[in-house]
Amino acid sequence: MNSPGPILEAKDLQVTKGGALVLDVPAMAVEEGEILSLIGPNGAGKTTLLQTLARLIKISRGEIFFRGKKVSSNHSEFIYRRKVAMVFQDPLLFDTTVFENVASGLKIRGINKQEIQRMVAENLERFGIAHLLHRSARKISGGEAQRVALARAFAPQPEVLFLDEPFASLDPPTRESILENLESVLRQTKTTTLLATHDRMEALRLSDRIAVMNTGRMLQVGPPGEVMNQPRDEFVASFVGVETILTGRVSKKDKGSFSASIMGHEIEAVGEVALGETVVFCIRPENVTLSPSSPKGATSARNVFTGKIEKVIPMGLFYKVQLQCGFPLVAYVTGHSLEDLELREGKEVVASFKATSIHIVRKK
Amino acid sequence: MELIFEGILKAFHLLFTIDPEVLGITLLSLQVSGTATLISLFIGISIGTLVALAEFPGRRLVVSLINTGMGLPPVVVGLFVTIFLWRNGPLGFLGILYTPAAMILAQAIIATPIVMGITLAAIQALPKNLRLQILALGATRIQMVWILVKEAKLPLLAGVMAGFGGVISEVGASIMVGGNIKGYSRVLTTATVMETSRGNFEVAIALGIILLLLAYFINLILTHIQQRERPR
Repeated sequence: MNSPGPILEAKDLQVTKGGALVLDVPAMAVEEGEILSLIGPNGAGKTTLLQTLARLIKISRGEIFFRGKKVSSNHSEFIYRRKVAMVFQDPLLFDTTVFENVASGLKIRGINKQEIQRMVAENLERFGIAHLLHRSARKISGGEAQRVALARAFAPQPEVLFLDEPFASLDPPTRESILENLESVLRQTKTTTLLATHDRMEALRLSDRIAVMNTGRMLQVGPPGEVMNQPRDEFVASFVGVETILTGRVSKKDKGSFSASIMGHEIEAVGEVALGETVVFCIRPENVTLSPSSPKGATSARNVFTGKIEKVIPMGLFYKVQLQCGFPLVAYVTGHSLEDLELREGKEVVASFKATSIHIVRKK
Repeated sequence: MELIFEGILKAFHLLFTIDPEVLGITLLSLQVSGTATLISLFIGISIGTLVALAEFPGRRLVVSLINTGMGLPPVVVGLFVTIFLWRNGPLGFLGILYTPAAMILAQAIIATPIVMGITLAAIQALPKNLRLQILALGATRIQMVWILVKEAKLPLLAGVMAGFGGVISEVGASIMVGGNIKGYSRVLTTATVMETSRGNFEVAIALGIILLLLAYFINLILTHIQQRERPR
């Protein structure tokens, strides 16, 4: 039954809304059992892509394949939709009891009563809401409502699950607890899942692969580590948490390493480039070390710059320090180092980062 | 002052002794307006839902026509129904002018746009993504429409009440097409008009109290519906 090859595939997919192209995905494939996250800012096309793949909105061009078979675009789309499920940002519960809500997908499929009882009970249990069985959907909290929405989606045992920012409107503790719950259910059921989110931590935590989207296009798709550490361009870099993005020209070339001139400063990096080529340096803030004075003796960090602190921004567990070293540079430090180094605005410090920690984007 | 006081006393006497004429008039009122409302529900809910969900050119015009229809002056409806049912009129062969059937027809014409307009608004007021969510649960188009109507059942009930309230208190059309014939086509409103003009205030007041009570119960239900909230 499970044919080899991707469970879901799209070719040459385009969606236009009011004359504007809102989705343009030449090719994409989802492997059976994987969790693929779509990340990107609002309006990137994540929701449109999910709704298109769920065959909920009109495709302007292209085709979708489910287990290698083309999904028809006539009135029998519901047959395909019965193999998938979708959870939206709002729970969108029906004005009835929790039981009836979770049973709705099963009733639509004409499943018999005993079976419905069993499957509803199983899924309520799964999301820790068995006690809400007879409650009205009107009288439960936001977090409970989203759990009901998840149970409703899982009840018909979908082969592909589409989650469209299902946690975006929940408070952090509720979100954390539901996320944990969902994570374990997904690991247990091995349901193929596409998750749209603008929270990259959420994506990192759940995904086998991440796709970064912007303006209706997929900019980069790959394992989380790859997307995080080797962003394809400046947009992806900034979206996955690279704080320092510098553009310069290759000025010196050595075996395996090179230097580029950035705003009059030479920064060393590792990679194969051509002399005179324009390159973009991506430096993750956690790879920048701050010290009170120049590190003495041998250091593996080949890039050492003195800079003035422009701003210190608390980020919860750590602080974001914005420096001006002749070029802008951002470092993350712990509260402990902040006190130790007496970091404050206006103070001069020495920043260092390894040549190997710089990710290089080559300009074509 | 004495007139009112005495009138009210006699009115309550009529009500508590269950005067056969007052009872007959009340029952006929409920029957005519109830049937008219029922007819308006079938037409109003189905077309209202259709217009709410469909996209077609001229949709705005249709919506504005329905909304205008919600305020159809009963006398105008009465006028046209009379013309149509007149002996030489297009529907004259039916021979139902000055019968309860004609009143039902006229009241259904008044109530239908009210039910239709409220249905339209109720379906459109449902969350935008609810349709997509229902489809994502695997529903066919027919299942989707049915679930949406069920979701809008409370505001739809409001539509029922508004429609019924509109026709039970309507007088112009009923008197024109029904003729206010004693024991045959006399309803609460037409009887009140007549008894008042004759100076039989106690009967008129008794009928008025019944109308007021009906209006009160209708509004009680409406208020109850409006206080409820949708789930998240």
